[in-house]
Amino acid sequence: MEYTKQIQIARQILECEYTTSITVEQLSHRVALSPFHLIRRFYRAYRQTPHQYVIQLRMNKAKELLINSDLSITAICLHVGYESLGSFSTLFCKTVGIPPTDYRLCGQKIRKSSYIPLCHYHLHGLNSTLNP
Amino acid sequence: MITQLSVATIWVTDQAEALRFYTEKLGFEIRADVTHGDFRWLTIGLPSQPEIEFQLGAIKPSEQFTQEEVNHLTKLVEAGQLSIGPWKTDDCQKTYETLKNNGVEFVQPPTERPYGIVEAIFKDNSGNIMVLTQDKP
Repeated sequence: MEYTKQIQIARQILECEYTTSITVEQLSHRVALSPFHLIRRFYRAYRQTPHQYVIQLRMNKAKELLINSDLSITAICLHVGYESLGSFSTLFCKTVGIPPTDYRLCGQKIRKSSYIPLCHYHLHGLNSTLNP
Repeated sequence: MITQLSVATIWVTDQAEALRFYTEKLGFEIRADVTHGDFRWLTIGLPSQPEIEFQLGAIKPSEQFTQEEVNHLTKLVEAGQLSIGPWKTDDCQKTYETLKNNGVEFVQPPTERPYGIVEAIFKDNSGNIMVLTQDKP
């Protein structure tokens, strides 16, 4: 499919560099697409913009560190690419639902082997061969 | 042979808001939180009942639901027509007071029923009606 490879590469770049301050312009330059086409095609492929995907990657890493490490909230904030603890906490609260400190407290029973049941992969049209 | 139910779904209009409600106001804990694309598999459970968890199922346009289906399902949830329960408690009056202090909206305070229970009725922040029951000795 046209542009599929470029979009996949863009996604891989984000997965490697989501803790940096990579911009859409920089990303689009690296995959030889205009920012407009990158955003549109990325959204069509993954139902998220590159910016939303970066936030998701950062929040997923933050959640993992909150549950599986003793790092402070400030250290986690910096680790996933935010410079302001206030911005990180606000965004975490908005996207996840509760503040980082509460997540650490309420998430102690999260199983390390958590998975999405296969029936939901089919229901939501997800590719079950890709790890979340 | 089927041995037990492991996950039941509570349909919610906003997953993040629902997580806040169920953890902060009702005291649930998070059991699974996995994101794949725009799909979030989020389950919660009661600390006193580790063997069952509840998926907070987001009602939003997706491969699963069209916008029309989302509108219909949202109306049903907000009207309290897709509720689950009842939830059990050892002390309905005490739990009622605790939850009320936490900001939970009750439709009915604890009331003795002739069929041997005390029950109160509350709503979650999506509109789901929940019944809280205590067996009378």
